[in-house]
Amino acid sequence: MTAMAIQVRGLSRSFVAGGRTTPALLDIDLDIADREFVCLLGPSGCGKSTLLNVVAGFLRPSAGEVLVNGRPVTGPGADRGVVFQEYVLFPWLTVAGNVEFGLRLQGAPSDDRRRTVARYLELVGLTAHAAKFPVQLSGGMKQRVAIARALANNPAIILMDEPFGALDAQTREVLQDELGRIQRVEHKTVLFVTHSIREAVYLADRVVVMTSAPGRIKQVVAIKLPDIRDRFAPEFTQYESEITRMVKEEVAKVHE
Amino acid sequence: MSRTRALALAGVLVTWAVVAHANKALELINPVLLPTPGQVAAVLADTVRDGSLVRHVATSLGRVAVGFGVAAASALALGILAAMCAPLRLVMEPIIEFVRPIPPLAFLPLFLVWFGLGEASKVAFIGYTTFFPMFVAIASAVLRVDVTLLRAAASLGARRLDLIGRVIVPAALPGIVVALRLGFALALFVIVGAEFMGADAGLGHLIMEGRTFFLPAQIVMGALVLGLLGSLVNALLLAAERRVFRGREAAATS
Repeated sequence: MTAMAIQVRGLSRSFVAGGRTTPALLDIDLDIADREFVCLLGPSGCGKSTLLNVVAGFLRPSAGEVLVNGRPVTGPGADRGVVFQEYVLFPWLTVAGNVEFGLRLQGAPSDDRRRTVARYLELVGLTAHAAKFPVQLSGGMKQRVAIARALANNPAIILMDEPFGALDAQTREVLQDELGRIQRVEHKTVLFVTHSIREAVYLADRVVVMTSAPGRIKQVVAIKLPDIRDRFAPEFTQYESEITRMVKEEVAKVHE
Repeated sequence: MSRTRALALAGVLVTWAVVAHANKALELINPVLLPTPGQVAAVLADTVRDGSLVRHVATSLGRVAVGFGVAAASALALGILAAMCAPLRLVMEPIIEFVRPIPPLAFLPLFLVWFGLGEASKVAFIGYTTFFPMFVAIASAVLRVDVTLLRAAASLGARRLDLIGRVIVPAALPGIVVALRLGFALALFVIVGAEFMGADAGLGHLIMEGRTFFLPAQIVMGALVLGLLGSLVNALLLAAERRVFRGREAAATS
């Protein structure tokens, strides 16, 4: 049996607002293997980002627990890198300064830092922009910086919360290609939240389809496609339509 | 300085000169009460020549520097602490809301009673006056720091102290700098009042001396020097601010 990087056990999470308790996640069980790429997919408001935030340690579970490498999550940590939809770069630091942030916290010597920063800026194609400030970058470039920042810290796990959701369709596919290429080099355990079925089928080893609120796991689909995927291959489209059907059922429930 | 601004200031000067000289010629009111620009300039030249102006300015600025410095350091520390710690905020809030509407000058006599007529009472009074507005402004600047920035840093391994030094302070810096600039302006503002009572040097003392010895020209000169100091310091702080934030334009909003 492969080692489990992330184990979600009987996880529920609800939010209290105005004296009313609204369940967001209900009884989630999910195991994610080391080096596995898992996409969380579901209609908006299904709690997929909540699940990611609990794994990241930003939110505490209402019930159940999350284990990372066998140890319960009690808060955020450098073992789980996070890439946010809104990039969340440090605006007072340059591109290089952002990528270097985690390394500085570790107290890495400056030579090592420079080498690592150079390596990851090259990986995301931003070497020429190292001295720029985030405000000078496009959305796609900002998200590349955020990915480089997470990777440079060398966590075993990367959590991505709709990272390409704010980008235009073209940039989105370019970044999906790049992320696929990066994953073939870096072999991280990735938990990736998206509402794009195409994106999920393109990137994931397994797609976890969630129900509409309160979020439960509806079905887990293993994507048995080659590492380098063709968005127009018949097998690809087959997965796409199969998962589309599942998601549509859930969206329909919301409108009933 | 732009030409319009120079013209406006020149206009004020000319009007003052015309009114003062006309009054002198026509003796509408006692000319001693309304000094001419020339008389004020003469007093200024005298005090510059005998070195007393420099001493007064240095004394006042020294008090401002110490009082403001201590207040700024504590406002920074407590402002960050209060913003990060909700229970402390709950305790501080009613106290501040109660103290804030009281004009600080109302407490000046108390400071004189507590700290005597020497330096301590002036410095403490400036510290007291400037602390609360700076504390409130700094705490609210820290509260406005985007929580996702803290999450991002925590996910990169930042602990509590790293978060303060590497995220909260730089993220809130534009607001912090504005708070400090306002605090400094306020310090210059209230030092005069503090020096009216029981001081033997300082610009406030110089002005009060003008009243005691019936020298309106000296009063006007003291006030003008204060105005000049205020604009000079403000210009310096603004220039420093621009230097610090060069390259991170719009940083607070992105």
